[in-house]
Amino acid sequence: MSQATPLAGCLLVAALLFSIGLAGALTRRNAILVLIGIELMLNAANLNLIAFWRYGPHPEALTGMMFAIFSIAVAAAEAAVGLGLVIQVHRHARSTDLDAMNRMKG
Amino acid sequence: MVERMDQVFVLFAHWLVGFLPAGWQPVAAVLLSVVVIICLFPALFALTTVLERKGLGRIQNRIGPNRTGPFGILQPVADGIKSLTKEDIVPLSADAVVHFLAPLVLVVTVFMGFAVLPMGRGMVLADIDAGLLFFFAMGASTELSVFMAGWSSRNKYSLLGAMRAVAQMISYEVPLLMSSVAVVMITGSLSLSRIVEAQNHYTWGLPHWYIFTPWGLAGFVMYAIAATAETNRSPFDLPEGESELVAGYHTEYSGFKFALFFLGEYLAMFSISGLGTTLFLGGWSAPFSFLGWVPSWIWFFSKLMLSICVFIWLRGTLPRLRQDQLMNFAWKFVLPMTLLNLMVAALWRFLGDGWERWVICSAILLLAYLAMGWLGMRQGHIGPRRYRYAD
Amino acid sequence: MSLVFYLFAALTLAGGLAAVLLKNTIHCALALTVAFAGLALLFLDLDAQFAGFAQILVYIGAVAILVVFAILLTRSSETPKDGVYSKNWLAGLAIAAGVFAVLAWAVLQSAGGLPQGAAATPAVTVLQIGNALLGRYVLPLEIVALLLTAAMIGAVIVAMHEKERAQR
Repeated sequence: MSQATPLAGCLLVAALLFSIGLAGALTRRNAILVLIGIELMLNAANLNLIAFWRYGPHPEALTGMMFAIFSIAVAAAEAAVGLGLVIQVHRHARSTDLDAMNRMKG
Repeated sequence: MVERMDQVFVLFAHWLVGFLPAGWQPVAAVLLSVVVIICLFPALFALTTVLERKGLGRIQNRIGPNRTGPFGILQPVADGIKSLTKEDIVPLSADAVVHFLAPLVLVVTVFMGFAVLPMGRGMVLADIDAGLLFFFAMGASTELSVFMAGWSSRNKYSLLGAMRAVAQMISYEVPLLMSSVAVVMITGSLSLSRIVEAQNHYTWGLPHWYIFTPWGLAGFVMYAIAATAETNRSPFDLPEGESELVAGYHTEYSGFKFALFFLGEYLAMFSISGLGTTLFLGGWSAPFSFLGWVPSWIWFFSKLMLSICVFIWLRGTLPRLRQDQLMNFAWKFVLPMTLLNLMVAALWRFLGDGWERWVICSAILLLAYLAMGWLGMRQGHIGPRRYRYAD
Repeated sequence: MSLVFYLFAALTLAGGLAAVLLKNTIHCALALTVAFAGLALLFLDLDAQFAGFAQILVYIGAVAILVVFAILLTRSSETPKDGVYSKNWLAGLAIAAGVFAVLAWAVLQSAGGLPQGAAATPAVTVLQIGNALLGRYVLPLEIVALLLTAAMIGAVIVAMHEKERAQR
């Protein structure tokens, strides 16, 4: 790292967390773990937003913080609906294994 | 002299911390307050266990513990020795790490909630600008430890108790927050010390506590209901009802871990009562202006103990609510009433001073209460019994 | 970048790694909670107090519990016999590594152009946030309110037991 600014540190942590979440979402079999990966990715994006808000040019405009707060709310809504869908699919197919559910035929 | 008595703890802390070099002083001040909280509230917990057992005994027409010490006062000592020396049994199939961590998480998050309560004039550990939000964030984290305890025991009764407890706590979280939001709206700040200072004014000797306004009284009642449910106290104690689920989510805990759960539950009761007194009962402010000479911390702790006595009274008097009755109550009665209370509080603010706002706000709340009560008490026609089997 | 920042970042990344690597699904959910807590601490370190407390309240107090309930209701806490990673795990890992490489390259390349050093701590009060929410951001606020209502109703409808056609 040429200049280890605090902002660069935060961005690297967020990028690492994002890729960990992406790896989880792409490699796990269980549908719920895919949703866990998605939550990690959303959180990494929130960290990015807050980091840019803090070290950006106009922190008093509160843009980054507002964006992060809305992102938290939307992520909660998305988790609720996603998990509801997983529960309903489990009721139908008796399993949450994504490798087995690769056809639309019920 | 009155000033000195009121600020005696603050001055004592300053004097103690003054012995250290200036760089260490802020950290030392915070550590000193933390140590005081960690020692004071468990001591209060010990006193409360005796009070509860004696009080419940008297309500149930029997004497409580009276063998250990005069009037059973040393009972907590006996309880402490028992819980420390009992064997710590962990079931063989239990998840050891999660089983160990659950009581710790509970106690830590509950202790964190005490950091923002103003216990006297200028006696708050952390005067955070978003203090109320911090308190509720810590309260929400305690639900996770309940679930961890229930799941890690690998016992179907524990799991059932844990899921019931978490469902109940989540359902009553919303009315708890909503009834506090009315207070925040009128005060204009989330900082608890600002909320107490806004109630510290007197008109003709009577205080401006929020409980003495129509929306404040309704809000306090709903806050009290939600607080009783949040801390799993009777009449909402189905998750830990001894006759139902052995001991609910802490069935498989023994010895010191069980004592930690017990401690956590009572401390949660203290902190939620502390928040209730801060929001609605004026925190550390005196009831009448001529009583202002009594130190502020005495008022805070008396109101706290009064709330605890009301909790104990409720436990001894009311029968237990069934799980579906409790959830119906939360979502179909308390939540709409809290939303209406929010609108009435706004109306109160905008109607300006005068007697009209008292009449209008009280009328709206009373009518809504009667209407919703009538709607809820109607017996629906009971159809044929429908069975639903497990998946 | 202080020691405190490294500590919190390490906690968050450890939680995230555990959340995607562990075999027991409930342990994954609890590790996810640790990651959320680490992130809340990072937000507090970056002086975003409202966002930090909201993160704890919403994510740890609601989303984590939701995930755990879903795991219980779908019986995913029993270890599956076929293994926990899908057949094409290598492709997924490669894609994630590629994404990380691109992002890290972008950050390190532009490290010269990013704002240097620590800016002055912005004094953000909840009053300012409230004013902003009902002033400049009132439209997103109303839309998010609508979204949350729709999501709640939708989740209930999707996950509800279908009413049996009772024999009347």
